[in-house]
Amino acid sequence: MSITIKSVTKRFGKFTALDNVSLEVPSGSLVALLGSSGSGKTTLLRIIAGLEVPDVGSVLIQDEDITHASAQQRNVGFVFQHYALFRHMTVYENVAFGLRVRGRPDGQVCERVTELLKLIRLEGLDQRYPGQLSGGQRQRVALARALAAQPRLLLLDEPFGALDAKVRQELRTWLRRLHDEIHVTSLFVTHDQEEAFAVADKVVVMQGGKIEQMGAPHEVFDHPASPFVMDFLGNVNVFQGRVQSGRLLLGNIDLAAHDAHPQEEERPATFYVRPHELDIKRSANGTPSLKANVLHLNPAGPVTRVQLLAVDFGLTVHVELSHERRAELGLSPGDTVYVAPRKLRVFLPEPEYTI
Amino acid sequence: MATVNRRILPGFLPGMSYTLTYLTILVLVPLGACFFKAMTLSWDQFWGAVWTPRAQAAYALTFGASLAAAVLSTVFGLVVAWVLVRYQFPGKRLFDSLIDLPFALPTAVAGLVYRSLYVKNGWLGQFLVPLGIELALTRSGIVWVLTFLGIPFIVRTVQPVLEALESDQEEAAASLGANRFQTVCRVILPNLYPAIVTGFALAFARCLGEYGSVVFIAGNKQFDTEIAPILIVNRLEETEYGEAAAIAIVLLVMSFAMLIVINWLERWSRRNEH
Repeated sequence: MSITIKSVTKRFGKFTALDNVSLEVPSGSLVALLGSSGSGKTTLLRIIAGLEVPDVGSVLIQDEDITHASAQQRNVGFVFQHYALFRHMTVYENVAFGLRVRGRPDGQVCERVTELLKLIRLEGLDQRYPGQLSGGQRQRVALARALAAQPRLLLLDEPFGALDAKVRQELRTWLRRLHDEIHVTSLFVTHDQEEAFAVADKVVVMQGGKIEQMGAPHEVFDHPASPFVMDFLGNVNVFQGRVQSGRLLLGNIDLAAHDAHPQEEERPATFYVRPHELDIKRSANGTPSLKANVLHLNPAGPVTRVQLLAVDFGLTVHVELSHERRAELGLSPGDTVYVAPRKLRVFLPEPEYTI
Repeated sequence: MATVNRRILPGFLPGMSYTLTYLTILVLVPLGACFFKAMTLSWDQFWGAVWTPRAQAAYALTFGASLAAAVLSTVFGLVVAWVLVRYQFPGKRLFDSLIDLPFALPTAVAGLVYRSLYVKNGWLGQFLVPLGIELALTRSGIVWVLTFLGIPFIVRTVQPVLEALESDQEEAAASLGANRFQTVCRVILPNLYPAIVTGFALAFARCLGEYGSVVFIAGNKQFDTEIAPILIVNRLEETEYGEAAAIAIVLLVMSFAMLIVINWLERWSRRNEH
């Protein structure tokens, strides 16, 4: 079932958690709400679940307005960041809870719980208590519990936040597969962009109670709509330069900009370059580049991370090179080299007017 | 060969010695003295002192009234703890500190005040007695004053557990379709059981030993409102020290047995905690 959020605003005292947010989640999709803490992503999730009431705006599931329905009436599965399992109940009774409170007969409960325990691959552990399970197992129980009463939506609040990296990876893949099997419209909150990109059909980037950008993961990654999104989605080098007559100017770099600022008048602009979009050369050789000193090399991992100091700007620059390229260059700390961008993104600050 | 001391925490020996010394001086010696005093009686004398119909009635009243008071305290105490933890209201801190008053107040004062309030021409009694509610010089009066003493035990044991109970468990229950009543019965109360049992045990034990307040409110009529501790005092006044000690021993053994049962219950209610 689809979710529609219409101009929702939520304030906590003086703090505006959500500022006129509208969002459409298509039926059967898996959507990530991505943002740093305080961006309003969890508040939005809790409003959809009925755990918070919006000050303004409305929430619809399919075409039904549920803004004023209680959490109990909504039939929305919610998975909490710290699992919120009932500690005094066995795994079996935890999963059965949603069915028991609905007064389902024992036979039906047993059938459904068995089916779900199989789905989360915890068949043998039904008589354990949550305290006897690992973090990953608890999270799966929380998920099964949320799914037991066939909810209309599944909402997950930082579902893998409290787990270690390896388990997180596994559960992530597993959640994606699970979603492909059961197709319940799902919305999950995360601050980990990698997780959002790995799992979701669609990513919604939030900041300061507003939606900055939404779209398919590759769209958002390749075409960030704002400096914030650019910055949030991974390491980025930031340079202060100028734009004039359709050209980007940064030190002795002068690049043609296909779209930005065709005007004659010069304006300051901020350039963003991802570390893998920079190349290092031994000599400038006429290519637009920045002179820099190598500070540090970190060859651990799939790429070599190089830290340099751009001499003319006094700026630290991060570059990612393939190990082959590094070997070819024979870099060592202290070398003077030239850094050339393969791609530059520019965001112009909003023009300011003075009266 | 010298053995290596592998204890990480130092001070086991002095700590344990002090504990044992104080336990002996404060608990074991007085109790032992009580046993020895009781042993000055022959078996028949002992039995004659502790198992008269009058004494049996007093035991029944002591345990019955304490049990009833502990149950009432549990109910009231739970409500008070709930209100103190869950709601904000003006004067909350004052209210919160008032809870401890029964700990500090001389219980004889409580007994006297209750009595003067609830007698036929007392401030409250003049309205209640015509309605058939007699809370002075009756058994229900004993339960009533013991409840006053028991409530803080429940409040102070349940309050911290309730405070520590994450709201997400309740939210989870609600989002799973549970109504408020189901949430309270199936999620909140089971989490509080161990604390409730502990508080109940403390309140019950406190009521069993209570003397000061009861002696004022009860009227101390034989076979009706005479509790076992009063019986002991009676014997003491008659300088029948052996008989007084004998009754004390019976009371002690019964209380101890009760506490063992409650302790076991408490452990049972914590069985799921890991």
